[in-house]
Amino acid sequence: MLNTIKHSTILKTIINSIAILLLFLSITLSISYGVTSIPLETVWNGIFSFDSSMTTHQIIQEIRIPRTLSAAFVGAFLAVSGAIMQGMTRNPLASPSIMGVTDGAALTLVIMLAFFPAISNLGLTFSSFLGAGLAVALIFFIGSFSTGGLTPVKLALAGVAIGTMLRSLSTILSLHFNLEKEVGFWLAGELSGTSWTSVQVLFISGIIGLPLAFFLARSITVLSLGEDMATNLGQNSILIKTLGILTILILTGAAVSVAGVVGFVGLIVPHITRFIMGTDYKWIIPSSAIFGALLLVLSDLVSRFISAPFETPVGAITSLVGVPFFLYLARNSGGGTK
Amino acid sequence: MNHNSKSKKKKFIGISLILTALIIIMIFVSLRTGVISISFQEVIETIFQNGSKKNELILFEFRLPGIILAILIGIGLAVSGAILQGITQNELAEPGIMGINTGAGLAIVLYLFLTRAWLPTSSALSTWMMPIAAMLGALFAALLIYILAWKKGVNPIRLILVGIGINAGFAAFITIFQLKMDPQDYRQVTVWLSGDIWNANWNTVIAFLPWILILIPLVLRKLETLNVLTLGDDLASGLGANVEKDRRTLLILAVALAGASVSAGGAIAFLGLIVPHIARKIIGPLHQYIIPLSMLIGALLIITADIVGKVILAPTEIPIGIVVSMLSAPYFIYLLMKSA
Repeated sequence: MLNTIKHSTILKTIINSIAILLLFLSITLSISYGVTSIPLETVWNGIFSFDSSMTTHQIIQEIRIPRTLSAAFVGAFLAVSGAIMQGMTRNPLASPSIMGVTDGAALTLVIMLAFFPAISNLGLTFSSFLGAGLAVALIFFIGSFSTGGLTPVKLALAGVAIGTMLRSLSTILSLHFNLEKEVGFWLAGELSGTSWTSVQVLFISGIIGLPLAFFLARSITVLSLGEDMATNLGQNSILIKTLGILTILILTGAAVSVAGVVGFVGLIVPHITRFIMGTDYKWIIPSSAIFGALLLVLSDLVSRFISAPFETPVGAITSLVGVPFFLYLARNSGGGTK
Repeated sequence: MNHNSKSKKKKFIGISLILTALIIIMIFVSLRTGVISISFQEVIETIFQNGSKKNELILFEFRLPGIILAILIGIGLAVSGAILQGITQNELAEPGIMGINTGAGLAIVLYLFLTRAWLPTSSALSTWMMPIAAMLGALFAALLIYILAWKKGVNPIRLILVGIGINAGFAAFITIFQLKMDPQDYRQVTVWLSGDIWNANWNTVIAFLPWILILIPLVLRKLETLNVLTLGDDLASGLGANVEKDRRTLLILAVALAGASVSAGGAIAFLGLIVPHIARKIIGPLHQYIIPLSMLIGALLIITADIVGKVILAPTEIPIGIVVSMLSAPYFIYLLMKSA
């Protein structure tokens, strides 16, 4: 059955269409359900015949819609970043949160808030690109100087160490500048602070990052077969890797600047899509975007109910979903059969 | 050979003396460091009962218990790390990375959450109960890691990787329960989780001390076994060791030490990693030397980290755990780069 899916374009298209339908359904649910649940009819009216005197319409327009759209974008961005990382490095454990990239982005956000509190939202997003870049640079440094390169296990361990270091720096700054609350929010991964400005930031980064990712898909498929293969096929690996990293920085940076450190989305979604769609990144990358958006919109919905009336950071939910998956991967790629 | 082991012993005694001297110096430095600065002369005067009432209160009721607690925690985590590295034959093993500390943390958060209605956090009973809760949590985490890493045996690398995953899962549960607490408990738990000598007073010291006094001698009786286990499973069973049983006993001791330490000082990561390494670098592979040296180095490192945390961005106090990770994580990365 799976093999037929992997080889049939029609089936793949059908699965993606179903996923898109589910995404729309969950977006509708996410707009409708929360601390105050709003009937679907009111949601419809709130969108298409907005009445500013009605509180429910305002909740829909100013809170629910931007939050749900942000969740969808953030999920898509993290999943696509993870897919590119796994494809380029041929490492099943590669993903923005495990490699400490999200922690790097969060650190620069804290630095900006501490030293330039008046910074604009776009400025914040741009600085988080730089932070993500810092973490990627660290990983590359470790990878190129370690004996035998970065095996999946070493990569995971290095990511934990880098993540811990960067998070420690964030905590130190937050304690010194009394930013515990803001920083706690970023480190936990939360969507409750999102607004239309967040959607704007994500949208702008999305129209640059996502087409770039789709454009790279073919070359990443080749890279995922091995560097020798890529060279033999006349592919300029350095150019592709540079563009790939740039895409990861844009997408991860934007996601972190809006939602903070949301873990495991970038790890599990590419695995699921690869399992369904096969090895061609032309399919994996768009499907990752759809499934990632779906996963985060649903997680966000769950986060409102799991310990109601309190909201749980969405990052805690994705961790709970992601950990069993990570354990499964760890058992399979944890070196040796014994 | 005999000559060699004699000179080793001499070296061991010499280094132990130097470390002890350094620890005593750091205790004095630590006594005078803090938001309210007290001069050395005043510290000495207060110790000999000639100081002011205010200095006496600050030194004896606040700073001294904190320092003693720090030393005990340093000892507990360092020994725990040394054992874990020995029995897994893996130089990257450590209670923090492997999720054992977070397991203890989750147990404490759960304990506070369940008892908050009828038992005030600061009560004496609660102080005594917390190390036990933490140890149970640590044991549960260790058991879970062991089971999940089991695949016709336990591969050391898989053990750590599974530990990282368990760590992330427990951390998520902690976040969820933390949010249900009132703001004051929430803040306390947050600071404590980042590794702080939390709630340092004589009660905490007295509740924690017995565990060190029970567990450390038990470890010291097992040093010979630990040496044998470090040689690898095949060689160890060849020498007549009951590998699985010995490993389990030592694992339980290591986990109990880590759990008790977490209950007193929060989740301090990487200390159990770096200290045994330094000890092994100095004195070689024998655990008769590694364990005592680890205790001294652990104590010295944690007092130093405490002082650095108080001074570096004063008046902001940086939790010990953060300072320790900042110092040790680069070393961990270095080890990683070196390992094949």
